[in-house]
Amino acid sequence: MSARPAAPAKASISLAWVGLLPFALFAFLFLILPTMFIVVGAFRTPEGAFTLANVRGLFTPSILAAFWISIRVSFWSALIGCLIGFAMAAAITVGRLPNGARSPLLTFSGVASNFAGVPLAFAFLATLGRVGLVTILLREWFGINLYATGFNLLSFAGLTLTYLFFQIPLMILIVTPALDGLRREWSEAAQILGATRFQYWRMVALPILWPTLLGTLALLFANSFGAVATAYALTGSSLSIVPILLYAQIRGDVLGDPHLGYALAFGMIFVTGVANAIYMWMRARSEKWIR
Amino acid sequence: MKGNRFWAWSALIFGLIYFALPLIGMTEFSFRMRRGEYSFDAYRVVLADPNFRATFSYSVTLAVLTIILSVCLTVPTAYWVRLRMPRWRPVIEFVTLLPLVVPPIVIVFGYIRLYNTSSLLPLTGTITGTNALLVAGYTVLSLPYMYRAVDTGLRAIDVQTLTEAAQSLGAGWFTIMTRIILPNVLVAVLSGAFLTFAIVIGEFVLAALLNRPAFGPYMQLIGANRAYEPAALAVISFGITWACMGLIQLVTRFSQATRASR
Repeated sequence: MSARPAAPAKASISLAWVGLLPFALFAFLFLILPTMFIVVGAFRTPEGAFTLANVRGLFTPSILAAFWISIRVSFWSALIGCLIGFAMAAAITVGRLPNGARSPLLTFSGVASNFAGVPLAFAFLATLGRVGLVTILLREWFGINLYATGFNLLSFAGLTLTYLFFQIPLMILIVTPALDGLRREWSEAAQILGATRFQYWRMVALPILWPTLLGTLALLFANSFGAVATAYALTGSSLSIVPILLYAQIRGDVLGDPHLGYALAFGMIFVTGVANAIYMWMRARSEKWIR
Repeated sequence: MKGNRFWAWSALIFGLIYFALPLIGMTEFSFRMRRGEYSFDAYRVVLADPNFRATFSYSVTLAVLTIILSVCLTVPTAYWVRLRMPRWRPVIEFVTLLPLVVPPIVIVFGYIRLYNTSSLLPLTGTITGTNALLVAGYTVLSLPYMYRAVDTGLRAIDVQTLTEAAQSLGAGWFTIMTRIILPNVLVAVLSGAFLTFAIVIGEFVLAALLNRPAFGPYMQLIGANRAYEPAALAVISFGITWACMGLIQLVTRFSQATRASR
C-alpha cells in the first residue's frame, strides 16, 4: 500500500465521502431534520421570531402535572425494574443455580423486553383488570376484592406495574454481562483477606457495578418515558402522561397552540436526552473495569 | 453458601411468577368468550375478521420493505466506515443511536409538520407517499439494532483483506457488497432483520399518527371496542415476538455450529 504513488490515494480519499452519502442523506431527512424542526419550532413564534414563551408555556399546572406523573412512572418502573432485574440476573450468574436456568431466562428476557406496546396492555387488562384472572382468583380464593382496596390498573400504580414487564428483562439483558465480568479472583482475594460475603458485595462488587447500575437506571427511565402505545391502550387518554398529551395534541391540537406542542415534544427530548447522556457517561466509566 | 442459594431461588421464582401471571392471564382470558366453557371462539372471530388480515398483511409488507431499506443503508455504510473512514465511526454510531434518545412520537411529529401538503416534499399528501414515510420512520427505529448488529458482524471478518482480494480478482463494488460482505455478515443481518420485524409488526404510534391501516392501530381499536378478542390478539403477538427471537437464536447457533466444524 505504501508503495503507491500519492496522487491516486488522495483522489480516493476525496471520493470516499460519496460512500457515506446515502446514509447521511437518509439520516438527515428522516431523523435529524424532523427533530431539528421540532426543537426550533419550540423556540419560535408562529411568525418565525425567537421566543421563550412556548417553553414558558410548559410551566402551567396541567402540563407540569403531566410531566410529574410521567417522571414518577418512569422513575419507579426503572428503579423497581433495576432491583428485580439485578436480583434475577445475580441469581443466574453468581447465585450458583443449576446451569439450566440461565439460557432460558436470557431468551425469555429477549422476548419480554420486546413484548411492549398494545398487546402488553391487553395482557395486563386480562390479568389485573376488573374481570381479569388474578382479580377473580383473589376474590374467589381469598375473598379479597382488589378494586375495593383502591387498586386500579388504569392508574399510576397499574402503569408502573405494567411497564415492569419490559423493564425487568431489559435490566437482566444489560446487567448479566456486567455480572459475568466480575472476576472470581476478586471474590477469592476478598475471602482470603477475611471478608464476609456481605462485605465483598458492599466494598468490592457493588462499587465496580455502580456505574453500570446507575447507567442502566437512566436507560430504563428514558425507555419508559417515551413509550406511548402501552399507556394509550391501557388507559385511553384518562391518565395524562406527557406522551399521551402529545399524542392528543398531534391528533387534535388539544392545547390550542401548535407551538406549545413543539415545546412539549422538546421537553420530552430534553428529559430522555439527559437520561441517555447519564447512561453513556456511566457506560464509559464502567468499561474501565469490565471488559 | 446455603443462604446465598436460597436468595437466588427466591429472586428467580418471584420474577417468574410476575412474568407468568400476565401470560397465563391473557391466554385464559382469550379462551373465555363462550360462556361457561373454554373455546377458541375469540381466535376464530379474530382470524375471520377481514380487517385483521388486511392490517396484518399491510404490516408484514411494511416490515419486509423496512428490512430491505435498512439493510441497504446499514451494510454498505458500516462496511465503508470500517474500510475507509474509521475516524467517522463514533459520529455514525451516535447518529444510529439517536432514535433511542428521540422518542418515536417526536420523530413522527416532525414528519407530519415537515412533509405536509404545503411543504417542498409533500409526502403525506398521497397514500404512496405516506407509506414511504412510514417505511422511512420504521427504518429509523430499526437503525440502532440493525447498525450495531451489522457492525459487530463486520468486526469478526477482515474487511481490508477481503476487499483487496476481491479487487485483485477484478470484482467491482457491487460484487464485493453482494457476494463477499453480505454473505459474511448474513447472521448479523438476519438477527437485525428479525428484531426489526418484531418491532414493526406491533408498532402503534407512527402508523396511528400517519393514519395508515397497520396492525398496531387495529389492535388498539379492537381493544377499545371488544372484550375477548384483544386477549387473543395479545397471545398471537406474543407468539410472533417469540418466533422472531427464536429465529435469531437459531441462526446464531447454526452459524456457531458451522464455524466450529470448519
